[in-house]
Amino acid sequence: MSLVEKKSAYRDDSVPKQSCIDEILNTYKDEKGALIPILQHTQNLFNYLPKSALLYIADKTDIPISTIYGVVTFYSQFHLQPRGRNIICVCQGTACHVRGGKIILNAVEKELGIKAGHTTENLRFTLETIACLGACGLAPVMKVNEDTHGRMTEEEIAKVLAQYK
Amino acid sequence: MMITAEKLKEMQDVYKTAVSLRLEKNDRNEQPTVFDVLICGGTGCKSSGSKEIQRQLEYELAARGMLDKVHVVQTGCHGFCENGPLMIIYPGQFFYCRVKPDDAGEIVESHLCNGRPVERLLYYDPVDGKPALTAADVSFYKKQKRIVLEHCGRIDPEKIEEYIAVGGYAALVKALTEMTQDKVIEEVIDSGLRGRGGAGFPTGKKWSFAKNAESDKKYIICNADEGDPGAFMDRSVLEGDPHRVLEGMAIAAYAIGADEGYIYVRAEYPLAVQRLKIAIQQAEERGFLGKNIFGSGKDIMLHIKEGAGAFVCGEETALIASIEGRRGMPRPRPPFPANEGLWGKPTNNNNVETYANVAQIINKGAAWYRHFGTAESPGTKVFALTGKINHTGLAEVPMGITMREIIYDIGGGILDGKKFKAVQIGGPSGACLPEELLDLPVTYDSLTEVGAMMGSGGLVVMDETTCMVDVAKFFINFTQSESCGQCTPCREGTKRMLEILTRITEGGGSESDLELLEILARNIKQASLCGLGQTAPNPVLSTIKYFRDEYEAHIKEKHCPAGACESLASYIITDACKGCGLCARNCPVHVITGKVKEKHCIDQERCIKCGTCYTNCPFDAIIKE
Amino acid sequence: MKTVSLTINGIVVKAPQGFSILEAARSAGIYIPTLCYHPDLVPEGACRMCIVEGSGAKTLVASCMYPVEEGMIVKTNTAKVREARRMVIELLLANHPKNCLTCRKNGDCELQTMAADMGVRTHRFDWGERKIHTFDASNPCLVRDQEKCILCGRCIRVCRDIQQMNVYSFANRGFNSIVSTAFEQDLSKVACTYCGQCASLCPTGAIVEKDDTERVWEAINDPGKVVVVQVAPSVRVALGEEMGMEAGSIVTGKMVAALRNLGFDKVFDTNFSADLTIMEEGYEFLDRLTKGGVLPMITSCSPGWVNMCELKYPDLLNHLSTAKSPQGMFGTVIKTYFAHQAEIDPAHIVSVSVMPCTAKKAECVRPQLRDSGYQDVDIVITTRELGRMLREAGIDFRSIRSVDFDSPLGYGTGAGAIFGSSGGVMEAALRTVADIVTGQDLWDIEYTEVRGLDRTKEAQIQMGDKEIRIAVCNSLGAAQKMMDRVRNGTASYHFIEIMACPGGCIGGGGQPVPTNMDIKKKRAEALYKIDEYSQFRKSHENPDIKTIYKEWLEQPLSKKSHQYLHTTYGRQKR
Repeated sequence: MSLVEKKSAYRDDSVPKQSCIDEILNTYKDEKGALIPILQHTQNLFNYLPKSALLYIADKTDIPISTIYGVVTFYSQFHLQPRGRNIICVCQGTACHVRGGKIILNAVEKELGIKAGHTTENLRFTLETIACLGACGLAPVMKVNEDTHGRMTEEEIAKVLAQYK
Repeated sequence: MMITAEKLKEMQDVYKTAVSLRLEKNDRNEQPTVFDVLICGGTGCKSSGSKEIQRQLEYELAARGMLDKVHVVQTGCHGFCENGPLMIIYPGQFFYCRVKPDDAGEIVESHLCNGRPVERLLYYDPVDGKPALTAADVSFYKKQKRIVLEHCGRIDPEKIEEYIAVGGYAALVKALTEMTQDKVIEEVIDSGLRGRGGAGFPTGKKWSFAKNAESDKKYIICNADEGDPGAFMDRSVLEGDPHRVLEGMAIAAYAIGADEGYIYVRAEYPLAVQRLKIAIQQAEERGFLGKNIFGSGKDIMLHIKEGAGAFVCGEETALIASIEGRRGMPRPRPPFPANEGLWGKPTNNNNVETYANVAQIINKGAAWYRHFGTAESPGTKVFALTGKINHTGLAEVPMGITMREIIYDIGGGILDGKKFKAVQIGGPSGACLPEELLDLPVTYDSLTEVGAMMGSGGLVVMDETTCMVDVAKFFINFTQSESCGQCTPCREGTKRMLEILTRITEGGGSESDLELLEILARNIKQASLCGLGQTAPNPVLSTIKYFRDEYEAHIKEKHCPAGACESLASYIITDACKGCGLCARNCPVHVITGKVKEKHCIDQERCIKCGTCYTNCPFDAIIKE
Repeated sequence: MKTVSLTINGIVVKAPQGFSILEAARSAGIYIPTLCYHPDLVPEGACRMCIVEGSGAKTLVASCMYPVEEGMIVKTNTAKVREARRMVIELLLANHPKNCLTCRKNGDCELQTMAADMGVRTHRFDWGERKIHTFDASNPCLVRDQEKCILCGRCIRVCRDIQQMNVYSFANRGFNSIVSTAFEQDLSKVACTYCGQCASLCPTGAIVEKDDTERVWEAINDPGKVVVVQVAPSVRVALGEEMGMEAGSIVTGKMVAALRNLGFDKVFDTNFSADLTIMEEGYEFLDRLTKGGVLPMITSCSPGWVNMCELKYPDLLNHLSTAKSPQGMFGTVIKTYFAHQAEIDPAHIVSVSVMPCTAKKAECVRPQLRDSGYQDVDIVITTRELGRMLREAGIDFRSIRSVDFDSPLGYGTGAGAIFGSSGGVMEAALRTVADIVTGQDLWDIEYTEVRGLDRTKEAQIQMGDKEIRIAVCNSLGAAQKMMDRVRNGTASYHFIEIMACPGGCIGGGGQPVPTNMDIKKKRAEALYKIDEYSQFRKSHENPDIKTIYKEWLEQPLSKKSHQYLHTTYGRQKR
């Protein structure tokens, strides 16, 4: 299963154990330059990258923690703050831009009462934008978790969001 | 076991029966008894519910005991995403579009049982209103020449048997058993194939550099980090015909002497990753990839690396840094990756579409390939048509075709009968071309001449409601937020360009701003470290060049001709106002006044142009200018 | 080596293959401006100041990284190049504070120089957004003001490639890029040794030493205080650079005179306590060698190195010599022996030291270094800070007449002097140890195998019937490689000298800027010259050392010595 696709197996309240990170590290122990997949798997565990997990990875892999921090902050996929149960991604690519992607984003922001890049207080939704989902034929597009919703209109937003608890 | 061309042919013959309906010419006089129903499983169609259609269809078939007669296949992208979910029924290549799960029953009953195509699901041409019975009749496909997308939408991408059945891996076997490394490279050089990722460097020449580099270890990389907003051709190839990319990579690996490779796939493409994984596993099981392929003693191990969300990783040195687990920051070249690439070893890097061309060049020869396209830009190019165009989707066309043919003949013209204004080609590195350049033949060199770039092949069509200053701002905003931040001109310069463009769109621009933009653009192009910075100003330069009057309208008249820039809009209450007072109550800054049942008025000086009154007026009495 | 010939600005230049255009140009006397480039570091080609026109390239290329090619035609001074360079500076300035006049690096700032050189006369982008960054003054040694950072990455490279402490990394990207510690924590929260190499290479005021000059002025101005100062061996061969003199100028006498002029009551020489260190450390080594103590014994003069050992190799702390650093020893001696001799209440003494080192500022506040009953050394200033004080006081350094250090405690041998260069402590120790082991007054005292700027040096020394295996490391990168060997048992040495900074103290983080290995080499040569011309060149022959043992300490490793001149170490958790 794809790293991105895989949802956290530990979404409920059980906190992932250190042994889960060990398992990941073990998988990659003989692979050169495996920091990014290690971080991707770790993020799948926690839904974000807790500081303690990064320190643990640094300790076990001998990769300096500053380097790990540099990598984590470089890639937009990685998050240092806890995120919502459902991740909304509103496409702001060119095709969506000319077909009203901004209007969709504004409407979702209004609907949830948060700005892009933030998480609702009840941790139900995190709202993010993306430079292009590659589903330009369906512009404007938004993605909730792994579901792509194409040809969005302002009216449909509430209906779509209602599907996600 | 050594696989020879003959043995592969035997395998092909065995598997062929499974796809024969799709390969053979159909004799329409007889009512067929067996069918192949192809349902598009590309990302676009999947998100519009193609999976549910398949389930429903199988349910209906099961209810009638027809499962053994009808073969339902989930394919990759057919390209005509606008009209998804798409379904094609063989024999006959009947083309259904915008299919819904509820249509399954009727399709089975009418088409499969009684031989009557479901007319309401056919594609009706927007121009003449006539239905197209088969895919070949659809105007969108007529001018296309499919080499890369040959099998996309025709085979099940998760079954290697289907790929072999349509001639897959023959080129790899041919290269390994009949051709020397140099011969393979020579063939690719002769074909004139140029990198489809953007800059158009001759592929064969690139391979020869890596081949000639001396090292105990070499790598091959497939750049599938398709990051240009508005481009999704690589995604479709990976999702629709992954083996073709693997075959191209394996041939390249053989040619340069690499035994290991990586496919760097964008994180946002989970389906592509999944299908690639399946494909690699199947290819390894059959001995086309892995250790000691065909018993030749050669290894070709391919791995998938998932990106983590950074556009700049499309730059080859940044991509290599990312595979190595570092921040994806480019480094100056030379040394080129062909000499010092991944882990310091000679590395060849091409993009998905480039590799997808290779098998056919080896199979059919360079001379065949040169039949398509122009002398300098042979072959075809896949474009992603998006924006204000009727037929959004993927179109593969011979190089040298004009932009007009792509937009009007294939793309079906502009959406809602609006007027064409510009077409953006080449993504953030490209340019916006105006109407007078519509007859420009599309080749690498002709595009470069007009300040544009082939890029990865995104074509975003813009109409009269699109503001070109806003588009320039959109792209600069994109590049500045995707800049790696390493070199000064790109990090600081694109930020300043964005700030200038922002103030122009907000009515704060001054006449010297255009000159400042041009100076910034010139120096960012000259002084930046990598291709991202060196091309980042292109969208700005091209819009200034071709749409200067729009900039000037923003600056001098504080007016956005397209009516797209919110800050420059003014909202005016017309005589249609009934005096209901809703606008005045909703106005967040309380600048709308008027008596009940009388026409209201907006104080333009204090209006913040939020548009609340405009969207909420029940009588449409407020207009935006 | 194969050479290639290329044309730069119409001049035919021959350069070895593998040279960059920049190196070739500089070797031919053609100046190309740079910012992120530093001769001691791996180039990155990021700032784009050194761009030139090169034949065959479509855009301008970074000359610091572009390799020379046969027949290449390079132009370093065209309108296109000048415009682009000026734009680079303008863009950097747009995101940089404009308070140059009150900046600590005013006059020493490479960005400022570049702006002047490139002819930047207006701020065309002064309306633009500027990044607001945090200010880190969390520790006693270094101050980071990230608003002044131009993201050249020199600090990252020196800390990663040479010191291998990896304190810094680039974080975020694009306009939001910063140089950051892990999680953007303060330096006091991360494994920073305070070696100050980042500060010595920072081209702007983004990383500077913590300025303690005001505290020194206050002490001097306080009539109730007796302000004494000690000056480290390597300061006298570097301070001249602060005062506009050539690198490698020996300014001992001028420096002492200037310090008196500033108002210090006593000016002592750390060379003396360097000799004292050799006595204690030398005997400690012999003790370990003959009684089966923990070997290899490792020097402990360099506080950056001690910090690293406490951070990264706490299991190996018993290898460190327990002898305090020369600064530490002098601190105790001043507030005990000297105070007693001079009949001054140590409570009234302010003990200042002038050091080449930023980490010394943290060393002096170590809780272990209070054996006098007070904080042994009160204030540490670096060579750079002393330079600023001298300029502020208007001292005409060129014409000031040389004078001698105060006595006693003002005399140091040549052995003490060479402490300031990598290998110097080892050589000084060997001179004394060899005499003790052989029981002779040996005349062959120059151990040239431990000299020089190589990061790791080793030698086998025959002393009578004993063969002593030694190693010398400078830079924390070399130190870590050595410590890994010590840990896994493959470092079969008896004695190791480790200095945190490349080249030793002459390359210290508090030394004058700009600096590079050529300058460091000149400073080192000057130290060996001081040694060569010294009357006494062995620590145990120093008359002041003999006196202090006779009058106070009795003998090396005596109970008193242990009480006042030795110290302890402990794990640091950061």
